[in-house]
Amino acid sequence: MQHEVLVAGFGGQGVLLTGQLLAYGGLLENKEVTWFPSYGPEMRGGTANCIVIVSGKRIASPVVERPGAALVFNQPSLLKFEAKVKPGGLLLVNSALATQLPERKDLYTYLVPANEVAQSLGQILVANMVMLGAYLELTGAVTFSSVLKALEKTLSEQRRHLLSVNREAMEQGAQLVSQQARKYHTR
Amino acid sequence: MRTLMKGNEAIGEAAVRAGCRCFFGYPITPQNEIPEYLSGRLPEAGGVFLQAESEIAAINMVFGAAGAGARVMTSSSGPGISLKQEGISFLAGAELPCVIVNIMRGGPGLGSIQPGQADYFQATRGGGHGDYRTIVLAPCSVQEMVDFTYWAFELADRYRSPVLVLADGVLGQLMEPVTLPPELKPDNGNKPWATTGCRGRKRNVIKSLYLNPEELEAHNKKLQEKFGLMQREVNRAEKYRVEDAETVLVAFGISARISMAAVEAVREEGIKAGLLRPITLWPFPEGILQSSLPKAKKVLVVEMSAGQMVEDVKLTVSGKLPVYFYGRTGGLLPSAEEIQTQIKLLEVKVSERSLCQA
Repeated sequence: MQHEVLVAGFGGQGVLLTGQLLAYGGLLENKEVTWFPSYGPEMRGGTANCIVIVSGKRIASPVVERPGAALVFNQPSLLKFEAKVKPGGLLLVNSALATQLPERKDLYTYLVPANEVAQSLGQILVANMVMLGAYLELTGAVTFSSVLKALEKTLSEQRRHLLSVNREAMEQGAQLVSQQARKYHTR
Repeated sequence: MRTLMKGNEAIGEAAVRAGCRCFFGYPITPQNEIPEYLSGRLPEAGGVFLQAESEIAAINMVFGAAGAGARVMTSSSGPGISLKQEGISFLAGAELPCVIVNIMRGGPGLGSIQPGQADYFQATRGGGHGDYRTIVLAPCSVQEMVDFTYWAFELADRYRSPVLVLADGVLGQLMEPVTLPPELKPDNGNKPWATTGCRGRKRNVIKSLYLNPEELEAHNKKLQEKFGLMQREVNRAEKYRVEDAETVLVAFGISARISMAAVEAVREEGIKAGLLRPITLWPFPEGILQSSLPKAKKVLVVEMSAGQMVEDVKLTVSGKLPVYFYGRTGGLLPSAEEIQTQIKLLEVKVSERSLCQA
C-alpha cells in the first residue's frame, strides 16, 4: 500500500513540518518515504505545500500529479488543490480557515475545524497536529506513536513538555473524523 | 542506520565523509543547502568553507586546493556552472582532481529556479574550451546523492580529473532515508604530483599552458588516452523490467523516477514497457543500453529539456530501432500520466507503420 498525501496551507502553519513528521514516522517504522516541498520565491504568509509518500516498497516517483489524499489548511489551498486529488481520494479541510465547502462529489471529504480545536487546547500552534491526527485515523499510514517519537526527536529539551498537547491535538483530530460518517458526498 | 536527509545536505555530508575538507562556492538556488550545510560542518571537521566573491573565484580556489593535493568540492546551478567553465577547462588541462556539483534549474540564461535537465550537453561534452571530457554521474535518489558524491572523489583521484555530479532541483530539495558511508580520514598523501613544498625534491609544476605545439599535442594524446580508459572502465546504468520490454524508455535523474512510475502503470494494463536509467552520463553506458533492447521495438527518451541525451541514445541505437522523444522545459516536470500517454501513442504509431510496411 502506498500512501500519497499533499499537505498545503500558508507559511507558518507547520505545513512542511507536518509532512516531515509523517515521513520521519514512516522511517521509524522502516518504511520507504519521500518528502518533497514546493520551493520557489517563498515568503512568510505565502503558500507552502509538500507531498509525502509512505510505502512498504521502493517508491518510483516522489512527485505525484494526483495524490490519493490532501490536507488543506486554508481557503487558497482548497481552491488550488481540490482538483488535484485522485478521484475516490481523501480530502481533509481545515474548516476553521477554509470557509467555502469543497465542490467535488467524487472524494471522501472531512471537515476538521483544526484551529478551533487547537485554540480550545490553549495552543494554536498544534492545529497542524489536529489535521495530521485526523489523517492518520482515516488511513493508518503510520502510527500515532511513531509520529510522536519523531516529534520528540525534533523537539529541544526545553520544549519536550509540549509533547502532551501535540498528542492531545492528534487524538482530538482523530475523534472528530471517526465521529463523522464516511461521506462520499459533502452535500 | 537510516536517517532522513535532504538531497543537498546529503551531498554535503557525503563530501565530508569522503575526506573533503575544502569547499569554495557562491550561492544560487536550488543548491543553497549544500554550502549552508558545509558552512557549519566543515569548520567543525577542521576544514575550510569559503563563500567566494563569485563563481569564477570559487572555481579557481578549487584549482589551488586541488593543486595542493586536497580533496575539494564546489557546487552551483546552471548559470553559476556556466561561469565556472573556464576554470573546469583549466582543471581538466592541468589534470587536477575535484568534484563539481550541478543542481540543475530551468534555462537558458537565468531561466528559473525550478528543476531542469538541460545542462546535459554542457556536462557531457566538456563544457569549456578545448578537447576534454569529465566523468558525469547522475543520481536519482537522496541515497545516490550520497553514494555518487563519495564515488566522485574516488574517481577524481583515480583519473586526476574533475568529476561532475549532475542532479536537479527536485533531488536537491527532496528528503528520503539514507544510509551514510563510513568517514574517511582526509588523505592528501599519495599525490606525488601535488605542489606541497619542494624542499628535498624536484619542484612540481601544475599548468595547462604548452606553447610548444608538439608538446601540447603530446599532452592532448595523453589526455585522450585517459578519456579512453574512463570510457572502458566507468560505465553504469540501471535496468528496470527491460528483459521482455517492447518499449524501452531511457531517462536519467528525476525523469527516470517518474518514467519508472509510468512503466509500472502501463505494465498493469498489459503494455510491455521497461526503463534503462543511465547513471554515468559520460561515459555514456552504450553497451548496457544495447544489451537492454533484446525484445525492443522502439525507444522513448524522456528528459526535462528539448532533447539532449536523446542524441547519445540515437548514436548508440544507430538506426536499428526508431527513437522517440518526450520532454518538458521551463522548470516543469513530465508527469507519469503524460509519459503513459506517450507510450500508448507509440503503440499506435508502430502498428500503423507495420501496416504501411506490410
